[in-house]
Amino acid sequence: MRLLGRSIPRVEDPPLITGRGRFVADITMAGELHMRIVRSPVAHARITHIDVEAALELPGVVAIWTGRDTAEIPPIDFRQEGLTDLYPYRQPILAEREVRYVGEPLAAVFARDPYAAEDAADLVFVDFDELDVVVDPRADPAPFDEDSDTEAALVNVSYGDVEAAFAAAHRRVTVEVSVGRHTGVPMETRGALAVREHHGRIVMYGAAKVPHYNRQAIALMLGLGIDDVVLREGHVGGGFGVRGELYPEDVLVCLAALRLNAPVKWIEDRKEHLVATNHSRDQVHVIEAAVDADGFITAVRDEFWLDQGAYVRSHAATVPNLTAAMLPGPYVIPAYECRGHIRLTNKTPAGTYRAPGRYEGTFARERLLDAVAAELGEDPIVTRRRNLIAHEDMPFARPIRALGTEMEYDSGDYPSILEKTLAYVDDKGLCAELDERRASEEWVGLGFAFFVEKSGLGPYEGARIDVDDDGGIRVVTGAASMGQGVETAIAQVCGDVLDVSVDGIRVVHGQTDEIDYGLGAFASRVTVMTGTATQMAARALLVKAREAAAHLLEADPADIGMVAGNLEVVGAPERRVSLAEVARSLDPSGAKRTGMVPTLSAEAWFTTEHMTYPYGVHAALVRVDEWTGGVEILRYVVAYDIGKAVNPMLVRGQIVGGAAQGLGGALLEEFVYSDDGQPLATSFMDYLLPTVTEMPPVDVLLLEDAPTPLNPMGVKGAGEGGTTAFGAAVAAAIDDALDAPGAVTRLPVSPERLRKVICNIQRSPREKGER
Amino acid sequence: MKHQVTLNINGSEHEIFVEARKTLADAIREECGLTGTHLGCEHGVCGACTVLMDGQPVRSCLMFAVQCNGVPLRTVEGLADGDDLHPVQKAFWEHHGLQCGFCTPGFLMLATSVLEQEPDIDDEALREVLSSNLCRCTGYQNILIAVKAAAEEMRG
Ligand code: FES
Ligand code: FES
Repeated sequence: MRLLGRSIPRVEDPPLITGRGRFVADITMAGELHMRIVRSPVAHARITHIDVEAALELPGVVAIWTGRDTAEIPPIDFRQEGLTDLYPYRQPILAEREVRYVGEPLAAVFARDPYAAEDAADLVFVDFDELDVVVDPRADPAPFDEDSDTEAALVNVSYGDVEAAFAAAHRRVTVEVSVGRHTGVPMETRGALAVREHHGRIVMYGAAKVPHYNRQAIALMLGLGIDDVVLREGHVGGGFGVRGELYPEDVLVCLAALRLNAPVKWIEDRKEHLVATNHSRDQVHVIEAAVDADGFITAVRDEFWLDQGAYVRSHAATVPNLTAAMLPGPYVIPAYECRGHIRLTNKTPAGTYRAPGRYEGTFARERLLDAVAAELGEDPIVTRRRNLIAHEDMPFARPIRALGTEMEYDSGDYPSILEKTLAYVDDKGLCAELDERRASEEWVGLGFAFFVEKSGLGPYEGARIDVDDDGGIRVVTGAASMGQGVETAIAQVCGDVLDVSVDGIRVVHGQTDEIDYGLGAFASRVTVMTGTATQMAARALLVKAREAAAHLLEADPADIGMVAGNLEVVGAPERRVSLAEVARSLDPSGAKRTGMVPTLSAEAWFTTEHMTYPYGVHAALVRVDEWTGGVEILRYVVAYDIGKAVNPMLVRGQIVGGAAQGLGGALLEEFVYSDDGQPLATSFMDYLLPTVTEMPPVDVLLLEDAPTPLNPMGVKGAGEGGTTAFGAAVAAAIDDALDAPGAVTRLPVSPERLRKVICNIQRSPREKGER
Repeated sequence: MKHQVTLNINGSEHEIFVEARKTLADAIREECGLTGTHLGCEHGVCGACTVLMDGQPVRSCLMFAVQCNGVPLRTVEGLADGDDLHPVQKAFWEHHGLQCGFCTPGFLMLATSVLEQEPDIDDEALREVLSSNLCRCTGYQNILIAVKAAAEEMRG
């Protein structure tokens, strides 16, 4: 059965639509204790005294820990090894002497009932000496501790002779742009439940994203063997980069399960989530282009400041590194220099969020391209056409390293996708709608932005396929699922090779005791890495099944094919055996008779040194309200070439969902802080997620023009491209609506900000009827 | 102090003994063991906790269990009839109206109540109703498509 490329409904849906999902909060264990975290109410202070007496007296309270009780536990490490320069900035699981952001954990209460735990947490009294607060990442670096200051690191990426290019430039164009602080905000908050099982193992439910890495990190922090810790992923209510990283609370529940000898459960509430779970974005870029007499960009120079918040968390410098590496995007740009300042402030620490570094970098670069077009007095599309990497130049190597890999755009036809998008946008009626609305004097505009994504980060991923005696197929992977459809996609890949329907295939992910290695789900890598490993394992399994079937059918393995779940002699379909019969023939005694290795199973590991680079174009049609400064997105188009779609319906779902998150960052979502470091967005009343009313119809042009040569299916990851260029496209569209190039310099474009811009323009767009 | 309350959920009675401050959502999940009703914010914004009370959608995180004594309640667990999925469930499955599935029970209950009361609801009014719940994964497009498809099926 051809399953690759088919939009079949998902295998994971039945429990989720009937209320039988198993999210971590749904798991209850006899005798469980509930943890509640006491969080800092101030942005920066020395802790002088913590009084837990009153809290301890409440009925049901079992223990309360402060930083002193966990002082021997090391701070949370980075996933990347060897970044010793950043060590001083790691976060402890409970603050001991100093708190550095509102929301920082400073005590943990354990009680028999969650309501009691919350009551007790309110009775923990903390005295502070308040210290100076840093909220501006561009302020001069201040001391962080005795030995280090608030510039944690400076990221440097460069190639080519930038100086010479700028010296010879015909024109120079500079813009200063910024992207606000916003983040993933999955609908399920974080949670963890740890229990000590037989043999003393600690099992933690609620894992996600990178269970294998976190297992090892927790074991190391608690002084246990790797095998003494098991992480289990159940249903996960969205990840988006933030969920599943290792946070203080994960370590605390495991430690508590050990010390208190009871199951310990922690479920984050939404208010906590907004100050405790990783923030993201929040970058200011000053970016400059050198342009020659033909309008070709000969060099780009960028300096940016990233507001890292109070600590450097598990991602270390991943976001700034990716920002710098991916910023040149689809354009040739022969010389490039980027300096990124990682600055500590007294805010919630930041990490990755869907399209990390690319949402920001794409916004900066595309705003720059629009500014170059304005300087040259030409259509921004023309500027882009002139600077895009040509199809003949693929694969295209940039002398940059991205996430430890040499950067080489593996395949792509950038000029062609641009033309296809233009035609598609017209075809879908966006241009007609623009003209019509303009004719009735609405302030409408159409904007475009190009992006290059990255996906399929190695270095390895594996899969093991086992067939039971009754023919049931189990694919064990080291992948993780946050709701993106991993089980369906992997089952499709496996079923495609074995010619069986996905219903008979169970996909295991996120269970650290089922497979030794797994790097998890991030950076749009699951379909590429785990998918390829699954295909390889399925093929190996098929070889073994044919050999075993050959013994049963007394035929040559070469003459045996797999048809609808049976193995049969080609041309003689009456001579066939089922997969179950083949599996049974490989029990230890059967296998001994034929001299084969017992069990119908196969394992494969896919390794790669390079990432694959999908790419595309966003187009937005927007209307601006002159009086309120409100922006309505009327129509939206995402064109995305991902090489090969395993399940186009799921890919479209990823793209549209990603677009909604791009929209949030472009117009609505922002973690605002007061000057003394108080977060002003701590509920869904002030941190605004898009609802169905803000979402425009999104048309997706899904292309498979440039399959990657890096894996046999040709797939590239599809998880992030719906988000990447959203801010950039909307900004261009708003500029167009106002007929004021460069009007938008900051995301999110709030009505307040835009109203100011409109007042400064002091005229209606196209007043004199030009255009 | 605890109070005796009878929750009537999907036609079954649950005798529970709870503090007055116990929310309906917590009572349904913890006391009655029906964990299909989810909590995404606990302050009435996201709608993940939507259940039907006398046929009307309510935020179960904003109600107390003691307020619901004897009132007929419906949760996601009561939508399907054995193995027969409710048209709204079927439509969400067929049209890929969910990804992580965390918001899904709330949307299913909201959609069920609106379609039962207004089977002919127009697109704009439907959008308006659905805007009361949040989903972070789907971008809503397929949720809208699914609910419209279910409406059609329910109209017959
Ligand atoms: S949990 Fe009730 S509305 Fe969000
Ligand atoms: S499907 Fe994940 S929040 Fe809606």
